[in-house]
Amino acid sequence: MSRLPDGRYVDDAPYDPDENINRIERADMDAPNWLLVWRKFKRHKLGLISGIFLLFSYLMLPFAGFIAPYTPTERNADHLYAPPQMVKFFHEGEFVGPFVYPRTAIADLENYRWTYETDMTRPMPLQFFCRGEEYRLAGIFKTERHLFCASEGSTIFLLGSDRLGRDVFSRILYGAQLSLTVGLIGITVSFLLGIGFGSIAGYFGGKIDWVIQRTIEILRSLPELPLWLALSAAVPSNWGPVAVFFIISVILGILDWPGLARAVRAKFLSLREEEYVRAAEMMGASSGRVIRRHLLPNFVSHLIASATLSIPAMILGETALSFLGLGLRAPAVSWGVMLNDAQNLASIEIYPWTAIPMLPIIIVVLAFNFLGDGLRDSLDPYED
Amino acid sequence: MTALLSVEDLSIAFGAAEPVVKGVSFSLEQGQTLALVGESGSGKTISCRAILGILPKRARPTGRITLNGRDGKLVLSELSERRMRSVRGNAVSMIFQEPMRSLSPLHRVGNQVIEGLMLHQKVSAAQAKAAALEQFERVGFPDPERAFRAYPFELSGGMRQRAMIAMAMIAKPEVLIADEPTTALDVTTQAQVLGLIKELQKETGTAVILVTHDLGVVANMAETVAVMNKGKVMESGSAELVLRDPAHGYTKKLFAAAPMIPDVAEPAPPLPRDDLILTMKDVSKTYRVRGNSRWKPEMLVHACRGVDLAVTRGKTLAIVGESGSGKTTCARIALGAELPDPGGKVMFRASPDAEPIKVHGMSRADRTRFQRQAQMVFQDPYSSLSPRMRVIDALTEPLEIHGLGARSERRDKAAEMLTWVGLKQEMLFRYPHAFSGGQRQRLSIARALMLDPALLVCDEPTSALDVSVQEQILTLLEDIRDRAGLSYLFISHDLAVVARIADEVAVMRQGLVVEQAPPETLFYNPQHPYTKALIAAQPEPDINRPIDLKLVAHGAGSPDSWPEMYRFTADIVPALTELEPGHKVRCHA
Repeated sequence: MSRLPDGRYVDDAPYDPDENINRIERADMDAPNWLLVWRKFKRHKLGLISGIFLLFSYLMLPFAGFIAPYTPTERNADHLYAPPQMVKFFHEGEFVGPFVYPRTAIADLENYRWTYETDMTRPMPLQFFCRGEEYRLAGIFKTERHLFCASEGSTIFLLGSDRLGRDVFSRILYGAQLSLTVGLIGITVSFLLGIGFGSIAGYFGGKIDWVIQRTIEILRSLPELPLWLALSAAVPSNWGPVAVFFIISVILGILDWPGLARAVRAKFLSLREEEYVRAAEMMGASSGRVIRRHLLPNFVSHLIASATLSIPAMILGETALSFLGLGLRAPAVSWGVMLNDAQNLASIEIYPWTAIPMLPIIIVVLAFNFLGDGLRDSLDPYED
Repeated sequence: MTALLSVEDLSIAFGAAEPVVKGVSFSLEQGQTLALVGESGSGKTISCRAILGILPKRARPTGRITLNGRDGKLVLSELSERRMRSVRGNAVSMIFQEPMRSLSPLHRVGNQVIEGLMLHQKVSAAQAKAAALEQFERVGFPDPERAFRAYPFELSGGMRQRAMIAMAMIAKPEVLIADEPTTALDVTTQAQVLGLIKELQKETGTAVILVTHDLGVVANMAETVAVMNKGKVMESGSAELVLRDPAHGYTKKLFAAAPMIPDVAEPAPPLPRDDLILTMKDVSKTYRVRGNSRWKPEMLVHACRGVDLAVTRGKTLAIVGESGSGKTTCARIALGAELPDPGGKVMFRASPDAEPIKVHGMSRADRTRFQRQAQMVFQDPYSSLSPRMRVIDALTEPLEIHGLGARSERRDKAAEMLTWVGLKQEMLFRYPHAFSGGQRQRLSIARALMLDPALLVCDEPTSALDVSVQEQILTLLEDIRDRAGLSYLFISHDLAVVARIADEVAVMRQGLVVEQAPPETLFYNPQHPYTKALIAAQPEPDINRPIDLKLVAHGAGSPDSWPEMYRFTADIVPALTELEPGHKVRCHA
């Protein structure tokens, strides 16, 4: 720095008046949107962990039959209401690998319940890649291989068994197949309707907007639970479990779209004022093109975030319906159907593990919420 | 003598990143004005916020800020948050840039103004109100009582900024920090607000830190200047010395870029009218606005009235006016984005021998043809490019829409246009967020050129840019006009910008063209009081040419205050009369 004789201060670092107009100002921002979102999302630890957990859960679905030691309908008539079993490694201080102690059921005729006696002398090692009941891997390949099962004469009920002697752990894995996908199908239906009507309302405005808005208001003013009940009750009882499953998820989707349509409409109204949209219109782009190329891509990330926040609502919806006996019905297995068995307060008190299917529901719903939160926080990658 | 406020070696960093303000020092004397000048990102605003201790949470300031005021010596940079609160709004107060956003919409203006007073001084509500009313009168509200009860949305931008000033001054601060107080205002309002600040300062002896990017404002307001660039002070000293003979290269560059209204020796000859690319005949646009309640009748708002304009091929017609003058409506009608009221005619002739297109009543085929010939450049470079599209996608989109050329041809064209606007071809695969405002405006221009249009409508293309970038963009627009034989319809609020690029200027006020002439003629012999006010309000970076506030107030005021000859009311509008060849003025001749 230097001072001129007249008292002025002048910075004397070299200065180049001709700035290169080709210099990239924000090289860190030079990336597609998803990459920017990902960079920010990575820092949201809880969201990241939840995301990974959910990814694993969904990837596991086709292999549920392989991981589960039993099939969902496989009964073990000698082990009704068996409590959860621990897998142990050391027998009398000696390492023997994973094993269980065999148990025998004893009817307690005084209290009218099943009790179990554990034989601590005979460790029964677990078998791996063993043959069990036949199932279809990913719904296609018939196979009998399971990741692990108990050896002859013993059982492996990690989370206990229910009143028919079916393994709760295996049934939770199978139940995940329906419970987790119901949200996906529902959200697809809800997305198609919500984006469609929302964007029409937001882009064209006027009369169409008015009609759609009023329809949404009417739909939203209907009490939700009775409506679900009525719609599900209308499903013919002679339909197969798969058909019922589809109908249930479609019903959930149909009731979910108004909220989404409103969000889409609001977003459209604000994006429509952006100059790039006006620029496209002035170039002569058709409405369809403006919506597809300019509006949708710019808030698809918001949509994904709102989807991750509404999937848990659908999972809970399915659970509630099935719990009330109006959703999926046995022999289909879902977490709600399993909880249906836990309706009896007395049986929860005596055999608390029959209520265990609540746990995966809580965990999955929380994970979706954390993931959605994380996504929402990282959606505006251009800030900061 | 110790300075009232001194900032020594102030550096501010965010997180672990390179500091955004590096070793900045300046000082402010009692009753004086210090101007902090610089372009966006130069660190001038954040330095001011550091004085008040209102930096974002992640900022880590270092350095020493001392205030030597009526409460003795206070080291602001070391004060606790609690003690700092008693300084803010009391000893040091601040006016923000955006008058639309700095007042809470839910509270009456009066209550917001007295809030600061009630917090810092033990006064009763009645005393506070009396003080506020006095202050309102001082800042130029015709009816202080009414302003006190008004909600912010009832006031215009200029009036809100006056209310902000009243709020900042009511506790009689020793230092007033004004962060670009007039940037969001029209040029005539700007002149009046600047005049007001200066007057108040003279009265109360408050010292002012004026943050601005406009050297013209500096020349009119400041005794001392600190020029900042990239977080460092480039040059500082007395305003007179710095403005008369800038020593640093950056200051010189700012000077060269500052738009000025030239001194004109003689009027220009009228423009030839034989080959017109766009003609607007008797174009009016009326909007119906629903009354405040169901029982009040609908109101008619005349966005523009009886506009007769023509763009000569290869020339630039500029429409100048304040916000709400109807200039943007004119541009939208010219582009067929809106229809004029029945009776208005807009004709477009792409080439001298082409069949003219009726823009006011286009068929589908006409519209497609027209859209290929007439394109638009938008104001805000940050919102005019979709953040999801790479440069190449944005540039080739117009061709894709009109189904022109194969993929590779489109790409070649995009690369060519990129070189036209001075960017390298590698930029094709980058995303718009990597670019600065000036670069984005270049991309926007390149996109408008993709269809080889004949007419380009530029809607304030430089008003969101820094002065030095503005200069480059104007030069670029001129080059392209000559190179591609384009005609421009140029919308602006800034006469100095227009002076540079336009061949003919139409000055609009309240939906009417009040004066129309080539810029030289207009500056040589302005006739209409509003034009005179616009010219007078232009701050010039010349310390010897202060703004003539009387002229501004007179011309920018309501049309009723104009001389009889120019006066117009809702019903009686004088005709646009040609006083000399090519020079039209709206007056009762």
